[in-house]
Amino acid sequence: MTTTSSVADLPADPILERRALIQSTARRTLARRTFVSRLMLGLCGLAMVLAIVPLVWVMVALISRGLRWWDATFFTQPPGIPTIADPNNIGGVANAIVGSLVIDALAVLFAVPVGIIAGLMLSESDNPFANGLRSTAEVMTGLPSILLGVFAWQFIVIRLNLGFSGIAGSFALAVLMVPVIMKASETALRTVPHSIKEAGLALGARQSVVSRRIIVPTALPGLITAVLLATARAVGETAPLLLVIGASQVITWNPFQPMAALPLSIYQPFLNTPYPAQRDQAWGTALFLVVVVLFLNLGSRLLAAFIRRERR
Amino acid sequence: MSETTDTAAPAATVKDPAGRPKRRPAGSDTLYKSVLYGASGLFALVCIGFIWGVVSPSIPAWKASGLSIIYGTTWDPSSGTFGAFPLILGTVETTAIALFLAIPIGIGTALTIVHLLPRRVKIPVSSAVELLAAVPSVVYGMFGLVILAPIFSGHVEPWLASLTGGHFPFSGTPEGISVLLAGVVLFVMVLPTIVALSRDVIDTVPHDQIEGALSVGASRWQMLYRVVLPGARTGIVGAVTLATARALGETIAVAMVIGGNPKLANSLFSPGSTLAATIATEFQGSTTQELAYLAALAVILMAITISVNSAGRRIIRRSSVKGALL
Repeated sequence: MTTTSSVADLPADPILERRALIQSTARRTLARRTFVSRLMLGLCGLAMVLAIVPLVWVMVALISRGLRWWDATFFTQPPGIPTIADPNNIGGVANAIVGSLVIDALAVLFAVPVGIIAGLMLSESDNPFANGLRSTAEVMTGLPSILLGVFAWQFIVIRLNLGFSGIAGSFALAVLMVPVIMKASETALRTVPHSIKEAGLALGARQSVVSRRIIVPTALPGLITAVLLATARAVGETAPLLLVIGASQVITWNPFQPMAALPLSIYQPFLNTPYPAQRDQAWGTALFLVVVVLFLNLGSRLLAAFIRRERR
Repeated sequence: MSETTDTAAPAATVKDPAGRPKRRPAGSDTLYKSVLYGASGLFALVCIGFIWGVVSPSIPAWKASGLSIIYGTTWDPSSGTFGAFPLILGTVETTAIALFLAIPIGIGTALTIVHLLPRRVKIPVSSAVELLAAVPSVVYGMFGLVILAPIFSGHVEPWLASLTGGHFPFSGTPEGISVLLAGVVLFVMVLPTIVALSRDVIDTVPHDQIEGALSVGASRWQMLYRVVLPGARTGIVGAVTLATARALGETIAVAMVIGGNPKLANSLFSPGSTLAATIATEFQGSTTQELAYLAALAVILMAITISVNSAGRRIIRRSSVKGALL
C-alpha cells in the first residue's frame, strides 16, 4: 500500500510512459494493421494460385489435345508426306523418338564420366584450379543453350567437318550436361562424412580406393539424381539441336547422319506447314516429351529415396 | 579363408612376389590424380573451346561492321544491313515484362509456401512450382502460340489498350503474337527459378527474429515485410538476377510467340525479336556473311548473360555466407 502511493508521488517513469504510448498506438492502429495484413496475405495466396495455374493449364491442354494422337502409327512410323488430296497423311514421330534416344544416350555417355569425375575433383580439392573450375561450371549452367548450338556447329559441323549430324547434337547436349552433373555431384560427394573416409585411409587404403569403394557408393543416390536431372534438362532442349542435327525425316540409328529429335518435331510444324494436322500432332509429341521429362525428373527423386531406404 | 588371407597379406607386402608392383603408400596415387585432373582439364578445355567456337565465326562480322553491329537500328539480312539494337531492345523488353510479373508473384508465392501454408501442403505446392521448370521450353512456346495468342488478341490486349486509351505502350492492333506475349510466356518460365531460390533464402531467416517480431505485436504481414523480406533481401536479389539471365537467353519459346520482326516499334502489341530468337530462326538457310553476323549476336548474348549470371552468383554466395554467420 505504501509502495503504490510512493510510486505515484514520484515523477513519471519515462519507460512506463513510452510503454503506454506504444500500447495506445498499437491499439489505435490494430484494426488498420489487421486489415492490411489480411489484404497482403490474401495477395500472397493469390500469387501462389497464379503460380500454380500455368502448370495445371499446360498439363490439361497437353492431355486433352495430345493423348488422342497416341496410336501405333504415332510411335512406329516416320512422318508421312501430306498432300492436298490427302492432308492427313502425316505418319508418326518414330524418327524423332529414335533420334532423341540416340542423341541423348550418346550425350549421357560423354557427359556422365567427365561430370562425375570432375565433381569428385571439386569435392576433394580446394586449390585455385578447382575454385576457378567451380565458378566456370556455375557460369556455364546459366548460359543460353542456343550458344552451345553455335559452338557445336562451329566445332563439329564446320571444323571437324562431320556435317549436320546427331553426334553434333550429342556434343552440344553433353557440354550442357557436364557442368550440371559436376555441380550436383560435388554437392552429393561432399555430404559423405569425413569419418568414414578417414576410416578407409586409416586402414591403409589409397585415396583412389577410398573414392571408388567408399565415397562414390555412399553418395550414389545423389549422383543418380544429378545424372537424371541433367538428362531431363537435355532431353527437352530444342535450341542447340535446331542448329546442328539437320532434322531428318527418316528413321536412322546412325549418329553421323542428320537425325530428328522430339523437341524439334514439336517446333517444326509451327514454322511453315500448310497442313493443320501436323500442328495438331505436335501436341501428341509434346505430351510424350513431357511424360519422358517428368518421368526422369520424378524417377530420379524416387530412385534416390528408394536407395536411401534400402540402405537403412 | 581367413587363414589364407592372414598369411598371404603380410607376405605380399613384405616380399612382393611375382613381380607385382610394390604397394605405394596412400597419397601418391598418380593414376587416380591424373584421371581426376584429366577429366577436369577436359572440361576446362571445352569451356575455352566454347568461347573460341562462339567468337571465332563472328570475327569477319566485327571486322566488317565494328561496333555498329551493337548500335545499328536496322536488322535486314536481305539488304546486308546488320544492326542488332532492335534485337537487344527486344531482349530487354521481354525480360522486363517477365520480371515485372514474376518478381511480385514469385516472392508472394515463396512467402506463402514458407510462412502461410499448413505443413502438409507445403511440399506438394513447391514441387508443383518446380515442375514448371521441368517442362521443355518448346512446349511453352506451343502453348503460347496456340492457346494464349488468341486470348491475348481477343481479350487481354484490347483490355490493356482500353486502360491507356490506345496510347503508349499499348497502341496499335492487338495481334496476339507480340513482345507482350513473349514476356508473359517468359514470366511462366522464370517463375520457378525465383520461387525456388527465394523460398530457400526465406526459409533461412532465423526463427527467433520472426518470433521476436510477433511477440512485440507485429501483424503477420508486418513480420513478413519488416523482418523476413529484409533478412532474405540479398538472396532474393540474387534469385532475380539468375532469373534475368535465364529470361535473356531463352530461345525457342520466345521465337515461337514473338513474331520474328526485328524492327523498332513503340508498342508492346507489335511483333518483335530477341537476340536468341533471331539466331535460332535465321540460322538455317542463311549465307556465310549472315552466319558471321548471327555469331556476332551470339557473342553479344554471351557477354550479357555471363555478366548478369556471375553478378547473380556473387550476390547469392554473399547472402549464404552472411546466413551462415548469423
